[in-house]
Amino acid sequence: MKRFLLKGILKDKGRSLLPVIVVSLGAMLTVFLYSWVKGVMGDSIEMSSNFDTGDVKVVTKAYSLQEGQYPNDLALLDVEQLLKKLKAEFPDMDWAPRIRFGALADFPDSLGETRAQGPVAGWAVDLLSKDSGEPERFNLPAAIVRGRMPEKRGEVLLAENLATRFDAGAGDTFTLFGTTMEGGFTFVNYTVSGTIRFGTTGLDRGAILMDLQDARAAFGMEDAAGEILGFLPVFHYDDRMAQEVVSRFDTLLESENSLLDQDPEYSPVMLTLGRQAGMAEMLVYAEAISGMLIFLFVLAMSIVLWNAGLLGGLRRYTEFGVRIALGEDKGHIYRSLLWEALMIGSIGSVVGTFVGVALVYIFHNIGFNFSALLQNASILMPGIVRPAITPAIYYIGFIPGVVSMLLGNALAGRGIYKRQTSRLFNELEV
Amino acid sequence: MKTSVLLFTLISFTGIFSLQAQESNEAATILEKVDKNLSAQNRIFESSMTIHGRRTSRTITSKSRTRGEKEALTEYLSPASEAGTKMLKLENQLWIYTPSADRTIQISGHMLRQSVMGSDLSYEDMMDDRKLTEVYSAEVIARDTLRGERVVLLQLTARSSDVAYPVQKMWIDAEKFVPLRQEMYARSGQLLKRVDLFDVRRIQNRWFPMRMVYRDMLKTGGGTEFTVTSIAFDTLIPEHIFSKASLR
Repeated sequence: MKRFLLKGILKDKGRSLLPVIVVSLGAMLTVFLYSWVKGVMGDSIEMSSNFDTGDVKVVTKAYSLQEGQYPNDLALLDVEQLLKKLKAEFPDMDWAPRIRFGALADFPDSLGETRAQGPVAGWAVDLLSKDSGEPERFNLPAAIVRGRMPEKRGEVLLAENLATRFDAGAGDTFTLFGTTMEGGFTFVNYTVSGTIRFGTTGLDRGAILMDLQDARAAFGMEDAAGEILGFLPVFHYDDRMAQEVVSRFDTLLESENSLLDQDPEYSPVMLTLGRQAGMAEMLVYAEAISGMLIFLFVLAMSIVLWNAGLLGGLRRYTEFGVRIALGEDKGHIYRSLLWEALMIGSIGSVVGTFVGVALVYIFHNIGFNFSALLQNASILMPGIVRPAITPAIYYIGFIPGVVSMLLGNALAGRGIYKRQTSRLFNELEV
Repeated sequence: MKTSVLLFTLISFTGIFSLQAQESNEAATILEKVDKNLSAQNRIFESSMTIHGRRTSRTITSKSRTRGEKEALTEYLSPASEAGTKMLKLENQLWIYTPSADRTIQISGHMLRQSVMGSDLSYEDMMDDRKLTEVYSAEVIARDTLRGERVVLLQLTARSSDVAYPVQKMWIDAEKFVPLRQEMYARSGQLLKRVDLFDVRRIQNRWFPMRMVYRDMLKTGGGTEFTVTSIAFDTLIPEHIFSKASLR
């Protein structure tokens, strides 16, 4: 029977083409929009990870309690040894030591007197090593508005808004006035190699980016770092994977006493992105919003495809009547209707999922550029959004495609049992 | 009967008012005596400041020259990383010069509230050298003993808004008229800083505390110990010292 039904579907295009197209479109839209919603939410979290939290972050216990104030007096020491251990234990991950700092940028006039000054929030990251992934994480080449990337020590990038406010540009020098790790004064002259714009007010208001070694020299932090960020070898943050890394790190600390400080307050701790300030709420929010959007969309598509199945079934009432009149068992007709629905739903879902997944891959590589719309945004949002590639995109389209089609036809097929031969003859005007 | 009650009430009120006036006069007199001990026309002193951070402690030595309330020059002598750094106060302006960057930087606005070298003192604390009687009105709120000394507890309320601490409590040695403890409050009543003053010595006909321990109550850390190693009052300081040219 199944082979006969399949042949019917494939050869009688008048009966199967439209339902297959409808199911394919539904499945394709479901796949793409699921991937889109996951992508937008995932990209926002990824941006926070790249700029601020990492997928995991190693800091001292004391630092973690005052993280928002960048307390570099509580920074990690013996960072090279710690990095070596981290790289050996987690070779798939990327580890990036960073220093965050607040300081005063002072721009001199021609006589060397203060012409303009203002507070800056700085990132010190590895900008100069050839194999560093940090410029890419900050999307630096694309974020440069004027000038170029730093090429040697003593060169820094300045937020374009800040540079405009101070009437500064590439090639200008300024003095950074801050506090060393021990609390002393630090005054260091830097040259602006270029200006950057990330597209979010929070970052563009007063950001400064310098090489890690420059910051270490300026703030008296040789072989020290405020934080070491760890990045998982996956495109979007995976909380379960991050938690596994943390528990392995805790085990490593138990076996390697050399990594612990004499004062437990200054021993390293590893935090997942989800355990850092504000991020747990963001993860829950992102999950809830994406879950709700996906549920609503799948529900809407299911209703559309259910309706298509229902209409398809109803359209064939005359055919069912004739088949009953010819002596075919009602149960057999109902079962064949369901098998047909299952086959059409499966064919449509396979085609729709294939096209949807192909579109996801294409737009994942290209990305949608929304930078212009985000110029005044005050939260961390990515300028380029990409649909996410997750295992779910390979099966999510089958939920509305197969299940709804089957349900619609099952509902419509109930009429088969109420069909009367006499009424059929009346309908056929025999 | 009525007349005697009225007379008694009048006498009582007059007594209370005169007692209040007396206490207010006493507070003002005490504050004047404190000013006499602490303020000077000119002052040259060397000091060491030990900052007890959460992780380490470090000591910075410096030499300061002040003229009146509005001019001061401090040169840091050690450690080597700070040696040669100078801070100049002229009126309400503050400049810092550092030989490492060979730049003179003006500190202004909210930056003045920042900590000096990670200590419990802000630039504002270091700059404000005005006489207490010029800035605050005082009242006696208690009499007590502190570290075995008889003290008068004064509450100081700022007369103008251009002060770092609108309210202060000051435990003043009742014999030497030197504060032994100060507590500085925000307008909201939050305790911002506490200073304990020790080792009160007789120097050039005045009493002066040679060691002070500052605690910024909003910071974690062991406080900042400020010790005056030598001090001379009312000595001649050349005019050129209090100019920007002396920074370099």
